[in-house]
Amino acid sequence: MNFADLQQIKEREHAACKKIVLRCCMAAGCTSSDSKGVKERLEKAVAEAGLHNDVEVRGVGCMKLCCVGPLVQVDPAAALYINVTAENAPSIIDALKGGKAHVEQADPQSPFFAKQQSIVLANSGIIDPERIESYIAVDGYTALHNALTEFDPKAVIETIVGSGLRGRGGAGFPTGLKWGTVAKSSGAKKYIICNADEGDPGAFMDRSVLESDPHSILEGMAIAAYAVGADQGFIYVRAEYPLAISRLRTAIKQAKRLGLLGSGIFESPFNFNVDLRIGAGAFVCGEETALMASVEGKRGSPSPRPPFPAEKGLWDCPTLINNVETFANIAPILRNGAEWFAGIGTSRSKGTKVFALAGKIKNTGLIEVPMGTPLRTIVEEMGGGAPDGRQIKAVQTGGPSGGCIPAEHLDIPVDYESLTTLGSIMGSGGMIVMDDSTHMVDVARFFMEFCMDESCGKCIPCRAGTVQMHHLLEKILARQATARDLAKLEELCDMVKNTSLCGLGQTAPNPVVSTLRFFRHEYEELLQTDPHGPQPAANDTALATATAATAH
Amino acid sequence: MLASKHRTAAHCIQQAASDKRFKILEAHIKKFQYQQDALIEVLHKAQELFGYLEDDVLRYVAWQLKLPASRVHGVATFYHFFMLKPQGAHTCVVCLGTACYVKGANRILAAVEEHTHIKAGGTTADNQLSLLTARCIGACGIAPAVVYDNTVTPRQSPESTLDQIRKWVAL
Repeated sequence: MNFADLQQIKEREHAACKKIVLRCCMAAGCTSSDSKGVKERLEKAVAEAGLHNDVEVRGVGCMKLCCVGPLVQVDPAAALYINVTAENAPSIIDALKGGKAHVEQADPQSPFFAKQQSIVLANSGIIDPERIESYIAVDGYTALHNALTEFDPKAVIETIVGSGLRGRGGAGFPTGLKWGTVAKSSGAKKYIICNADEGDPGAFMDRSVLESDPHSILEGMAIAAYAVGADQGFIYVRAEYPLAISRLRTAIKQAKRLGLLGSGIFESPFNFNVDLRIGAGAFVCGEETALMASVEGKRGSPSPRPPFPAEKGLWDCPTLINNVETFANIAPILRNGAEWFAGIGTSRSKGTKVFALAGKIKNTGLIEVPMGTPLRTIVEEMGGGAPDGRQIKAVQTGGPSGGCIPAEHLDIPVDYESLTTLGSIMGSGGMIVMDDSTHMVDVARFFMEFCMDESCGKCIPCRAGTVQMHHLLEKILARQATARDLAKLEELCDMVKNTSLCGLGQTAPNPVVSTLRFFRHEYEELLQTDPHGPQPAANDTALATATAATAH
Repeated sequence: MLASKHRTAAHCIQQAASDKRFKILEAHIKKFQYQQDALIEVLHKAQELFGYLEDDVLRYVAWQLKLPASRVHGVATFYHFFMLKPQGAHTCVVCLGTACYVKGANRILAAVEEHTHIKAGGTTADNQLSLLTARCIGACGIAPAVVYDNTVTPRQSPESTLDQIRKWVAL
């Protein structure tokens, strides 16, 4: 495979493209509403109408507005059909012949779509994720070719540094800096890992990217491998995402067949292989040291850092771990240049961010917006506000490690720093909208239960602390707690945050801390008002006696 | 100790000879070149073949990968995905991710628990239904979602879930 071959495939794809393309969403959300049946019915209708020379029915990835799926979009007319069923699908074909489509339509110019800026999701909903040729047709793998033939590894890293790209997994560590560290680490063997263990409940950006554009991840990983000097990559993907796993398997097989993975890629000395590792349902495996233990076939227990994976990671070799969305940004940055990317977003948060918009909001689905977009634009204009005439009360970002942003702060720009000032985090991109029917103490309890279940049990603050905090939250919700319990809860939050081994424990108190900060009255309303409170439980008495005895 | 090890090995060989599924599993292990780090992949395959990870299967995997049985058992119990008990003929997985939760997934779960008289993680006495929960299946755009026998179903309610379950068990 060389550049001419790549161009040839692209030209062949363009030449084969029919006049009208019906793009039919085949991502997990729409397939659960029978988009497969819709696609089959459309194909049949095209054949029946004798239009198969002019019309292509293409299965594509996520078309973003998941709440009204299955979605079908017609090119070039740009009509977007929603809630399509196998029954009403044939009328879309009738409409092509001048008839009328008996299917609801959405406006592709509505704020939900118009305010998006796509880099990561540029191919999502456009290309067929199960055909590598479809990716090559939109200049896929040209960035890898350019990197291998025109850049030395150092120049690739400089480009990524210059772009200002920061890790999209949550913490926002500068990607170029991480790559530089791995490149500098000495070691005969180095590894690349793509963290696709999207464990945050309420987040599905990575799933959509993997299902919609798997080759962009492979290309990003290959460029990273070239830059840091690795020849083996792993994609660690959740077992809960069967469709993403199957599309990745297909993509790897196709890339190998065309020589875009394997040895001597683009007739250069660069070799790179990618293997899949399937997770088995452990949230802690999103933490990088735990993830590496899991790739090695062990229990997903985190280990203290340093040493950081960049120096000593998988099998003690230098390892680069990046999130799915981070890798998806790499090829576009190399194709368009660092300046182009650095020109999008805010001064410290560059580029775009994909968010999974869900919860009590009219338009649920995927959005990609420039960093710094006000939260209000996202939830009110794009999301359409809360349904059923209700009021938005808060927006939860960052999953169990994040916090709730109250409605009065909706004007905050969404970037790494601004969200931190409000006690939340960017996180991986889950954005759950809550309306006035949601009780914030219950939300805090929900996340604490999650962390309690998912704590790996290695360190005591997290293992025991989450149980105690959950117990206190249950007690508050049962209206059996006093102000003293609330004080104890806050004390525990502080302790668990400061003494846990890994990110899971260190951030587990965040939902409590953040709801206490903005919705303290909801906690206080549930407390017992009796100034003497109920008699302390047996354990408390024992503890008090013991403390008193020590004091004397 | 040595004797018991030998017995285990002999037992494993015997099993492999009598049950075709062990042969398929061995072929899979071979594909991974008996590498110990493939343990999780091998357990995935084993669960696919046997439906759950019974003790004999875990012992067989340990023997094939030359790993201590404790290590294999430790991994199998650490991850939620691995089942150590047989499952019912049908499964109902209620997603309890944040989006599903704020849209009432807890009410769905409570309704199913109440009507089937089993708790999440349990199986009905007639082995027809296993009730499970998921932390998030990433179907947040169509919340609340319930997975019936591996089919994700959007926008469920306590009523629609019970209707589906009634097709499998008498409530």
